[in-house]
Amino acid sequence: MSVERRHLLRNGLSIGSLTLLTGCDFSDSNVVQRVLADFSRWNDRVQAALFSDNRLAPTFPAERAVKDFRYNAWYGPDRAPDLKPDDYRLMLSGLVADKRPWTVAQLYALPQVSQVTRHVCVEGWSMIGKWTGAPLKTFLERVGADTTAKYVGFECADGYYESMDMPTALHPQTIMAFYLSDEILPRKYGYPFKIRVPTKLGFKNPKFVTTIYVTNVRPRGFWTDRGYNWFSGI
Amino acid sequence: MSKPDREQHVQTHALAVRIAHWLMALSILIMIGSGWRIYDSSPIFDFRIPVWATLGGDVETALAVHNDPGVATAIAWHFAAMWLLLLGYLLFVGWGVGSGHFWRDFLPVSPRSFLRDFIAAARFRLEHSLGEYNAVQRVFYWGVLALVALMLLSGVAIWKPVQTYPLVSVFGGFQGARLVHFLGMALICGFLLVHVALVILVPRTFIAMVTGRASEPLAHRKSETVS
Repeated sequence: MSVERRHLLRNGLSIGSLTLLTGCDFSDSNVVQRVLADFSRWNDRVQAALFSDNRLAPTFPAERAVKDFRYNAWYGPDRAPDLKPDDYRLMLSGLVADKRPWTVAQLYALPQVSQVTRHVCVEGWSMIGKWTGAPLKTFLERVGADTTAKYVGFECADGYYESMDMPTALHPQTIMAFYLSDEILPRKYGYPFKIRVPTKLGFKNPKFVTTIYVTNVRPRGFWTDRGYNWFSGI
Repeated sequence: MSKPDREQHVQTHALAVRIAHWLMALSILIMIGSGWRIYDSSPIFDFRIPVWATLGGDVETALAVHNDPGVATAIAWHFAAMWLLLLGYLLFVGWGVGSGHFWRDFLPVSPRSFLRDFIAAARFRLEHSLGEYNAVQRVFYWGVLALVALMLLSGVAIWKPVQTYPLVSVFGGFQGARLVHFLGMALICGFLLVHVALVILVPRTFIAMVTGRASEPLAHRKSETVS
């Protein structure tokens, strides 16, 4: 622990000084990226320690929820996957007892809760929305997931992939959102459901989820692979 | 250096002060540069910071590798440097309080003495003597210490608005905290400009902050009015 911290400090100092003293931006060098990744892993641990199972994200009165929620993806809304309820199946894998696929009708029949919470984007913008759906915890229990495992991973129809720590997956506000603003989740927002997790940044809320898996090997994430912090709690 | 102290002005800085000073200097510059890149990804005001002034690597490279304009790297810089800043700040404040450096050198200060020295400085009549802080300097150092504390607090509020929820409401919510964080940055930039300009005018202070000691003969002093 202390060795790691010393290591972080020494590398951080020398890289930072080098960048500033020479006036050059060394950000793209492998060494800098490696040191920044070390700090990012350290921050993962700090955030996991800060996270509390029973601390709830602030909720807001329903009238503060934005009706026309901001569309955000690396592709345009017309290119969003168009999943049909008749063909769609949610697949399960990993440390799950019952791996039978789920239909949309089965999913939408799960007990549901509503939340009016703030979606915070890593870029800095934020927006309050109303989401309704089944707590992920309820679902994980139904399928006999090993909730003592470390991670839950998601794969999506648009090629996106995400993952989170088990404590966050079991948090009461982490839901499989079937509705946005009281309407069935529109195609461009991730039909048939998105994971809504108000204790994490926006990019940790995957849409068009087609597979959920439970594992002890830390899964990757689409934006994490592109340099963003993995835990990304808020 | 060989002359006895009573014949010269001497500026000394303890090792802890120098380490803390350079830790903060380094981390604040990294945080400003990376913060500007992060700001550009979702500007609060009607302007963007020119990319060349920001920290986060080459935009084209980032677009190719990260599929974003270097915001991932800027955020990684920001959340790495924050630990260095926290460390430097705690060391500086801890040493300042514990050793008596704050009370000895930054106090007393009053609105009257500030006004007097400020007017003198504005007329270029304020003498600088190594090792002594005039009232304007004292106010500036207290001010920037308070500003860094404000930046740490508003920064934590933005970083963890859920886990530190009551904190974010102190700043008027998430967007309020972003605004405070930006304005605090602007004030710190203002401090840095003045601070560096004065160091250029009196380069011995730079030597003192690096080596721990600098001196100038008493004869260099034109008047004895500054206490």
